[in-house]
Amino acid sequence: MSFMNWLDNRFPATKVTREHITEYYAPKNFNFWYFFGSLAMVVLALQIVTGVLLAMNYKPDAGLAFDSVEYIMRDVWGGWFVRYVHSTGASMFFVVIYLHMFRGLLYGSYRNPRELLWIFGVIIYLAMMATAFFGYLLPWGQMSFWGAQVIVNLFETLPFVGGVLSEWIRGDYVISDITLNRFYAFHYLLPFILVGLVFLHIVSLHKVGSNNPDGVEIKKGPKGNRWNEEAPKDGIPFHPYYTVKDLLGTVVFLAVFFGIVFFVPEMGGYFIERPNFEPANPLKTPEHIAPVWYFTPYYAILRAVPSFAGTQVWGVLAMFASIAVLFFLPWLDRSPVKSIRYKGPITKLALMVFVVVFIVLGWLGTQPPTTDLTIMAQFFTLVYLLFFLLFPCFSSGGEKLGIGGKLLLLVSVLLLLGTLFYWWFGWSGGPASSLKLVYTLLSVGVLLIFGVVPAYIRPDSVKPVPERVTS
Amino acid sequence: MADHHVDHKRRRMLTIATTGVGLAGTVGMAVPFAGSLVPSERAKAAGAPVEVDISRLESGQQITVEWRGKPVWIIKRSKEMLDFLPGMEGILVDPDSRAAQQPEYAQNVYRSIKEDILVLVGICTHLGCSPKYQPQIGAVSFDDDWKGGFLCACHGSKFDLAGRVYSGVPAPKNLVVPPHQYLSDTVLLIGSDEEVA
Repeated sequence: MSFMNWLDNRFPATKVTREHITEYYAPKNFNFWYFFGSLAMVVLALQIVTGVLLAMNYKPDAGLAFDSVEYIMRDVWGGWFVRYVHSTGASMFFVVIYLHMFRGLLYGSYRNPRELLWIFGVIIYLAMMATAFFGYLLPWGQMSFWGAQVIVNLFETLPFVGGVLSEWIRGDYVISDITLNRFYAFHYLLPFILVGLVFLHIVSLHKVGSNNPDGVEIKKGPKGNRWNEEAPKDGIPFHPYYTVKDLLGTVVFLAVFFGIVFFVPEMGGYFIERPNFEPANPLKTPEHIAPVWYFTPYYAILRAVPSFAGTQVWGVLAMFASIAVLFFLPWLDRSPVKSIRYKGPITKLALMVFVVVFIVLGWLGTQPPTTDLTIMAQFFTLVYLLFFLLFPCFSSGGEKLGIGGKLLLLVSVLLLLGTLFYWWFGWSGGPASSLKLVYTLLSVGVLLIFGVVPAYIRPDSVKPVPERVTS
Repeated sequence: MADHHVDHKRRRMLTIATTGVGLAGTVGMAVPFAGSLVPSERAKAAGAPVEVDISRLESGQQITVEWRGKPVWIIKRSKEMLDFLPGMEGILVDPDSRAAQQPEYAQNVYRSIKEDILVLVGICTHLGCSPKYQPQIGAVSFDDDWKGGFLCACHGSKFDLAGRVYSGVPAPKNLVVPPHQYLSDTVLLIGSDEEVA
């Protein structure tokens, strides 16, 4: 192999291939949930390719943008296909990432020594949200315009800097041609930053090694497998074992993906919202505006928090806090075990409740804010935050609660009391007392079951973790 | 051969000086970079005043014109509508328009120069949606005792027929009255209230 010799003397081609693919030993017990990391990269690649193709026919000009998208849909050969792959890809990217993050929650993939790996992941999630937000303005439809109007105005609620900051983001006093032009530039730039972040995510993954459904560190287990005497006994080389597995996952995923592209590209108004088929009109807001589904849980949180002290900033802070709290998850989980398989019933229930809360908040974010739905959103926002604040309590596994955990429990109690006070005394024209009572009892129940009881009365049980990975 | 003695003090001094100059240069360059994103001169100049002929405006009618990219409403309020305005104090956040959401000449109960002609920027003070004119009076789907006004469908904020915000809704402030003046009895100039030469 003289060519490879020539190349390897100048570029570490063989070395890198070995380290990261053919001799990267991943635990042998990966299951269904481990498809989504590679699927996310497949979707990112699809988005970049289709995005570049769309950019060749799209015009970032308030007078031309809407028509250029329709031109792509009608007159460009295969244009409809490229555009629907891109719009479906945006939603499916979030589907895949939400499942990927859920896998992390299930198996404790964010825990020591994978904290930084998780943090890179959360940054990737934020960058994805920014990319999706910038991209949604580009078709210059009614929902593009008014969605961007509302989101940029979120920054205006910040004290002191708000006005200047939102003008700086828009480059104008209203969402305009100038805004569209720069959002296009950002939308084109961010995917390449995403690629860089994915690189960091994978480099740190390969430094610490993959977690697995048992949460057992294979690097600490016995050594020596049939390929290498030094490698972990429970590891198998990424290629060909997991490349082939991921290929199967990709085939199934793409079947579903193109089913959507060909048959339901708008997904009943969830992937492409109906008002976006009307050109942006700065003088008229659509009857009902809601963000795309992947933002609706946070939108529900934003709307749930009432304004007080003459400002709406609290809802904005709650929304950002509900995302920022993910960064701290590695230090909130104090369980002696990583994987849900060996955690107790209270922790399992907490995770199930969290999934339900996230889905219900997502639904609430698509609905008009009536009084009954608003109190519901307030309750679910409270439970969303309590899930993280009480994590040290229910995950302690019998260990005494430290000062940090006690502080978070105190914050939880204050948050609950504040909410109850608002429901019963601070909300003129609020919902019926019976409804308030139901949510009051449920909220107190959540605090007791996931906070006070496991912290002080009966800690959540923990099952013994096996020495080696199972099955 | 040169003397191998290294003067660490002098070397640290040079490192600090180099880093300092480099940082100053970076900051100096960042200023125009970040500055290029603020509203441009053209964007600032786009706020030219708009003339509107209101001679054909009928009682209760709303017209919308564009000023600085925003909708501006002109509404001719009927006698019945105006009669409600002084009695709304109890359910409003700022019934006396104390917050600077209007020019001085519109700081009155009708928030207008001429009693009946209301001029408002049609952008909700919450998150910037454009509320809808709801002139009907009585029980409506969003209020049991509606006195006419504006409803923001985005987040449910309500305003009365002078653009004053109801309490208990997300919007914190009254709708903005833009600077405006009458060039004649029937011609309104929106965006300027200076004497015209």
